[in-house]
Amino acid sequence: MTSYLIKNARPYGGEPTDVLVRDGVVAELGASLTPEEGTEVVDAGGAVLLPGLVDLHTHLREPGREDAETVDTGTRAAAQGGFTAVHAMANTDPVADTAGVVEQVWRLGREAGHCDVYPVGAVTVGLAGEQLAELGAMADSAARVRVFSDDGKCVSDAVLMRRALEYVKAFDGVIAQHAQEPRLTEGAQMNEGDLSGRLGLRGWPAVAEEAIIARDCLLTAHVGSRLHVCHLSTAGSVDLVRWAKSNGWNVTAEVTPHHLLLTDDLAATYDPIFKVNPPLRTAADVEAVRAGLADGTIDVVATDHAPHPHEDKDCEWSAAAFGMLGLETALSVVQHTMVDTGLLTWEQVADRMSVRPAEIGRVADHGRPIAVGEPANLVVFDASVTRVVDPTETASLSRNNPYAGRELPGRVVATFLRGRPTVLDGKVL
Amino acid sequence: MNRHLLSAGDLTRDDAELVLRTAEELRSLADRPIKKLPALRGRTVVNLFFEDSTRTRISFEAAAKRLSADVINFAAKGSSLSKGESLKDTALTLEAMGADAIVVRHSASGAPHRLAHTGWTRSSVINAGDGTHEHPTQALLDAFTMWRHLAPGGAGKSGGGLDGRRIAVVGDVLHSRVARSNALLLRTLGAEVTLVAPPTLLPVGVEGWDVETSYDLDSVLPKADAVMMLRVQRERMSDAYFPTVREYSRRYGLDSRRMGLLQEHALVMHPGPMVRGMEITADVADSSRSVIVEQVTNGVAVRMAVLYLLLAGSSEPTLTTSDPGASE
Repeated sequence: MTSYLIKNARPYGGEPTDVLVRDGVVAELGASLTPEEGTEVVDAGGAVLLPGLVDLHTHLREPGREDAETVDTGTRAAAQGGFTAVHAMANTDPVADTAGVVEQVWRLGREAGHCDVYPVGAVTVGLAGEQLAELGAMADSAARVRVFSDDGKCVSDAVLMRRALEYVKAFDGVIAQHAQEPRLTEGAQMNEGDLSGRLGLRGWPAVAEEAIIARDCLLTAHVGSRLHVCHLSTAGSVDLVRWAKSNGWNVTAEVTPHHLLLTDDLAATYDPIFKVNPPLRTAADVEAVRAGLADGTIDVVATDHAPHPHEDKDCEWSAAAFGMLGLETALSVVQHTMVDTGLLTWEQVADRMSVRPAEIGRVADHGRPIAVGEPANLVVFDASVTRVVDPTETASLSRNNPYAGRELPGRVVATFLRGRPTVLDGKVL
Repeated sequence: MNRHLLSAGDLTRDDAELVLRTAEELRSLADRPIKKLPALRGRTVVNLFFEDSTRTRISFEAAAKRLSADVINFAAKGSSLSKGESLKDTALTLEAMGADAIVVRHSASGAPHRLAHTGWTRSSVINAGDGTHEHPTQALLDAFTMWRHLAPGGAGKSGGGLDGRRIAVVGDVLHSRVARSNALLLRTLGAEVTLVAPPTLLPVGVEGWDVETSYDLDSVLPKADAVMMLRVQRERMSDAYFPTVREYSRRYGLDSRRMGLLQEHALVMHPGPMVRGMEITADVADSSRSVIVEQVTNGVAVRMAVLYLLLAGSSEPTLTTSDPGASE
């Protein structure tokens, strides 16, 4: 296996150093290391060095919607964005609700080799919210599933949610809840607020998210289990999670990059590129989720990367699919919204995008410190450049990029997965 | 004026008054034996209706034909929602056929906006009602009807708007595209607007609409110069917007007792189709205060004005030079 000497990189944005990567681990750290015979040199040029990013929330669409994304293309996009591990959501076709399907996705990820793929198992059979899926079988499978979610749908039945939370305690699992009270959001199209009434688009009220989060926090406390809140989007949700944490309950939460940057006024264009679930919220909500991420109330940034074919977005708003791409722009959006604003240091970015998601997903070899002997899962990120986002420049099969035409900072120069580059010179290998 | 008419909010006061004045000119045609002008001869107007609406469709059809335009009626029953042809492909087809204006009715809010802004077509787009968003030509015909009766100086002679006139819009504001367009246009023309509905049928955020709201119809009626009753669908009952049809009618229906609370000159209006016995009783709908049938007549004139101003230029039409009989 080739060894790599990463010259002049700044771990966690700190002092520049050289990093020797050999046999899948960080072999040496220090200023002015000399390359050995056969070592390939990667000049980081003062770029930031972070542990490889871990996404708790990715839609890879395979099996079933290979026209939108495959495990191969989705993990290419992940590597391009600096990720070394992704959790593949269960809402595929067939649904990842059996050991067979999760093992298939896991195996496809291994074969593609762009990043580690950890399948998420469905909580209920077919995401139907009626009967528990064989959670234990998925946990015991080769895919070693620890994160379970009906994402896209809420486990709205309180008894079923309670049982799921209890049941996964046997194998240290976590229920990742898509918090959306279904009756309050029937036909919902955008954030319910000043604008939804004017635009005549049916509202998705904040209370529909918050009511479920409140209930689930109480259930989690009652049964002593682990709850993870997917794509939290409102100021009220941040307060609820803060309250749950202050009680010492085992509740974690994620926010997406788009909820850190974009607001509901974009719906006034009626361009469904901005249609997403949960919907884009108000500027006050954006401010609150940024503050929650900064103070640790929100544990992680997760992309909710949701590829859709062109025709599912090139139509009228209410006919369009929910969701937007995120893997390739996540780190840039976090730099723009959290680092350049002084809300997070790069070390904290590593915590929110690598360390904590790996802990929550119980992923052993990711989210590790940049230190000698640790797995060489690394991303070299040049924070000094800016780029105008071009949706056609993507490793994804889909183009539903809500940042098209926006200027965003930063660029992934290289990504290493266990010492092997998956991205070099900004290009997927 | 803009090239499209998507929202009543797109109209400046000057634009709106120009439409009303033009409509007044064109309305006089209705009293002539030959009701036709050559203004849009050779132009093609497509009525693209993804939703059934016979009254709006025939109103636009009559308006376009009286201006000598070629009219194509396209009832696209299946939208992309029901796995028929997509809005985009329909638009590309119409573009290829050379439509000058597309009059679109669609169940999806914002569909006309998409047609106008995606590059699928170069036609002028006129919103003939989109989802629960807007219905700007309905608002224009409503304003025109009020203006003819209520404008200072009467019959629109003095020009100007509806300054200081008080208009009550009553009923299912939440789901009503008519209410949204009326609130915007009436404010532009200087009227005071009060939306009256049970709290469940007022939209979240209505406090930002620059209108008054009330839950109490009886307290609003004595001050109103016109009261516009909105259609209320029975199905709203099953979604718990109100307990029963009877309770709705008792609290928000316009019956003869309530009509007695109105001022002498106040108008009773309804955009149609009415649910007699629900939001309005038959005797009120058919009373002398009701201008509901006149609204239909005015609809053709207003739609002629809109088509004319969007397609033939922004000046007012000259009626004297026409030889309408020769146009077809």
